[in-house]
Amino acid sequence: MRVMVLVKATKDSEAGIMPSTELLEAMGKYNEELVNAGILLAGEGLHPSVKGKRVAFDGPSRTVIDGPFAETRELVAGFWLWQVKDMAEAVEWVKRCPNPMLGPSEIEIRPVFDMADFGDALTPEVAELHDRNREKAARR
Amino acid sequence: MAATETHQAIETVFRIEQARLIAGLARMVRDVGLAEELAQDALVIALSEWPQTGVPKNPGAWLMAAAKRRAIDGFRRNRMLARKHAEIGRDLEDERDTGIEDIEAAMDDDVGDERLSLIFTACHPVLSTEARAALTLRLIGGLTTDEIARAFLSNEATIAQRIVRAKKTLGNAGLTFEVPRGKEREQRLASVLEVIYLIFNEGYSATAGEDLIRPAVCAEAQRLGRILAALAPDEPEVFGLLALMEIQASRLPARTAPDGAPMPLTEQNRARWDQLLIRRGLAALERAEALGGANGPYALQAALAACHARARKAEDTDWKRIAALYDSLSAVMPSPVVDLNRAVAYSMAFGPEAGLKLVDEIAQAAALRNYAPLPAAKGDFLFRAGRLAEARVQFERAAEFSRNERERAFLLGRAAACGGGPHCGTPAGQT
Repeated sequence: MRVMVLVKATKDSEAGIMPSTELLEAMGKYNEELVNAGILLAGEGLHPSVKGKRVAFDGPSRTVIDGPFAETRELVAGFWLWQVKDMAEAVEWVKRCPNPMLGPSEIEIRPVFDMADFGDALTPEVAELHDRNREKAARR
Repeated sequence: MAATETHQAIETVFRIEQARLIAGLARMVRDVGLAEELAQDALVIALSEWPQTGVPKNPGAWLMAAAKRRAIDGFRRNRMLARKHAEIGRDLEDERDTGIEDIEAAMDDDVGDERLSLIFTACHPVLSTEARAALTLRLIGGLTTDEIARAFLSNEATIAQRIVRAKKTLGNAGLTFEVPRGKEREQRLASVLEVIYLIFNEGYSATAGEDLIRPAVCAEAQRLGRILAALAPDEPEVFGLLALMEIQASRLPARTAPDGAPMPLTEQNRARWDQLLIRRGLAALERAEALGGANGPYALQAALAACHARARKAEDTDWKRIAALYDSLSAVMPSPVVDLNRAVAYSMAFGPEAGLKLVDEIAQAAALRNYAPLPAAKGDFLFRAGRLAEARVQFERAAEFSRNERERAFLLGRAAACGGGPHCGTPAGQT
């Protein structure tokens, strides 16, 4: 299964405080372990939300909101995409991650949807529409 | 933490650590079977201690220490026995002494390529290909005997016996547990790659509705390929194989119709191809080529797969490039099947006549005498050349050779179409 591993933001990450050399080194070693174990598919770090934007939806209206955003703990500061056998394996690997932040922090693990997970709601017609969209997106 | 939760956590830790553990122990005790037993002993100790103490901070090191204590105890016991049996003599006793020293030295010796050595050992050419595949999944993949049996459509007793025999064979072979170098490395690496690709194909050939473990071994083979790429970053064919597996696996979501029928490559819904795996595959192929391995058999097959992966629509396929790649592949990996695929590529690149010319050359090959895809391809070339009566004969012959009901129905359908009105045919394709 594929999981997305989300590193949650903290006050420090939102303030744009960059990680120390020690942390960068520890993270580098950890990433190497993930590669050596054959589970790392992709991963990136994100700028603080002050550089981000949100679009709020309410019926037909669309409102653009500039960052920074509140609820710091709910924001994402970085992510990985892993291929693991099950959630237990993902949890075990996350436990081995160095604390990605200076203070207390959280990492969240979310299984990635398979098309099959949508069940009957995904009629063949809707599935085809999604397929078309993914094909267009892949054309980049 | 609840007891069952702790047990699950321990088993997960063990699954992650197992290969490294067995690799380190095998180097120390020079016996894969004993190494696996020691690792299992360490797991048993962990299962009894960790529910009380909690999972240690560095569980891998803890397990290794526990297993090594077991190994040293074992050697001591053996030495005591040796003393009791005076007839065995002083020589053996001396040997046992060095044995313990070796262990203690090995404990301080952090060797990075232990896991690579374990992969080379599990895939040793003294073993049959089936035994290599089972042992690799067991020791490096951490699959249970039951899982391996289900993956290979076999039963647990057969696989268990195969693994036991393989470990015995390795034990008797007097192996050095070194990573092979020079000329030997090339041959041994070929044996490793063959095993990983065999595991991949076992999963790839699974059909809809089968035990889910079967497609899961595809992912396992990809993981083995990625591990190997990390351990042997300068071997072009390692990246060639990895590229081939990633690109082929990208088609898994598209290769069967909703009714379970296999979809030929040219008819697959390409929107379902996994673009992440394609990108990873193309990157691995680039790496293989940068290492000077563009002409390796796996890199060439990966380059062929990449031609299809790059084409957004079947009509965009660069058949001239595919034809040229088949020229190279048939030079480095001559086989009648490669030649047949080459004929199909030529027919797509240069027209049906070019395909017919090549297919007639290989029709002499004894290996393809009753091989349905040969007349099927020839029928397709003739059909596209407008020679319908001859095409019908070929499709009927192909149907006769076919051992698959669904394929036979398809071929008879094509034969019938030769008698009726114009019908757009499809080339015999891969899935």
